[in-house]
Amino acid sequence: MNGLIIQLAYVASAALFIMGLKLLGSAATARKGNTLSAVGMLVAIVAALIDQGIVSYQWIIIGVLVGGLIGAVAARLVQMTSMPEMVALFNGFGGLASLLVGWAALSGDASTFTVITIVLSVLIGGVTFTGSLIAYGKLSETLGSGAIMFRGQQVVNSLIVLGIIGAAVMLSMDPTNTTWLYAVIGLSLLFGIMAVIPIGGADMPVVISLLNSYSGLAACAAGFAINNNILIVAGSLVGASGIILTQIMCKSMNRSLGNVLFSGFGSGVTEAT
Amino acid sequence: MTIVFLTFILMLSVFLGFELINKVPATLHTPLMSGANAISGITVVGAIALAGTGDQDLAQWLGAAAVALASINVVGGYLVTDRMLAMFKKKEGARK
Repeated sequence: MNGLIIQLAYVASAALFIMGLKLLGSAATARKGNTLSAVGMLVAIVAALIDQGIVSYQWIIIGVLVGGLIGAVAARLVQMTSMPEMVALFNGFGGLASLLVGWAALSGDASTFTVITIVLSVLIGGVTFTGSLIAYGKLSETLGSGAIMFRGQQVVNSLIVLGIIGAAVMLSMDPTNTTWLYAVIGLSLLFGIMAVIPIGGADMPVVISLLNSYSGLAACAAGFAINNNILIVAGSLVGASGIILTQIMCKSMNRSLGNVLFSGFGSGVTEAT
Repeated sequence: MTIVFLTFILMLSVFLGFELINKVPATLHTPLMSGANAISGITVVGAIALAGTGDQDLAQWLGAAAVALASINVVGGYLVTDRMLAMFKKKEGARK
């Protein structure tokens, strides 16, 4: 009975997210849409809290209070002009949270499918986290806003990708060997940095939109890893709407997505400074 | 069987996501991105389940950290979006 109520609450919160996103698409109703979506989030959190599997609320309460306070203060204090990088930073934390959920879901007797979803949530979450930090650094100009390139960058990137695939295969063969999980975590964090440094500061809003889409996909993968419907539904909603929004933003800049992502690589190493 | 069912859900919400975002005016791109970003903090729900097991093991500590991080994303995301939209409304009013 308890489980049924929770699942029905998840259905309601998914509906609220969908209506919220719809209303966010028009200037007159956008603020109401955001509030609706926030109510949806509240419903989902309350539903998660009444789950009978939860025996101790201590760390949940501490986590929500600490995180909520930091988020509220940061959102209040941020300058209007610095909002895009603040969104990037929040997004990065969401990605890291998905990484941690994926990590925590790993147990010795995990099936191959579960291991694949864990690797995906760790990989996408990790890339989102460090990628968003770099995007934040570039926009707030604590890092140089230009594209950073060096000789052999593509080779390094290819090696990282191969390393991630290799570690993922090893982990799925032996889920008890956490060394491979740590390898995936480390390489994913590194890959996020490598993916964003060759992109120039002016293209950052597009990258943030793409990373936002990734954090949705990371939540979706984490949902598969821990068998949670609302994570899958809301995560894939954000993932899909984020990708299409990225596409629209590229179009309004008269560029293609590939053009933005690989602009650094295309211009050649000689241009880099 | 659950996998098939969950993949169905995934497919449907992907199509829905595409449909929802079509034809949004350019001025709303940033608030929309920020609002969607707040929704991606839904991972807090998964983190809550992990943090509440009372097992005092690694998974619980990872879950607790994830609850805090995702809460930053959720609370911060919604508040920043609201501030952006409030500003947007004022601008529109001033123009009229």
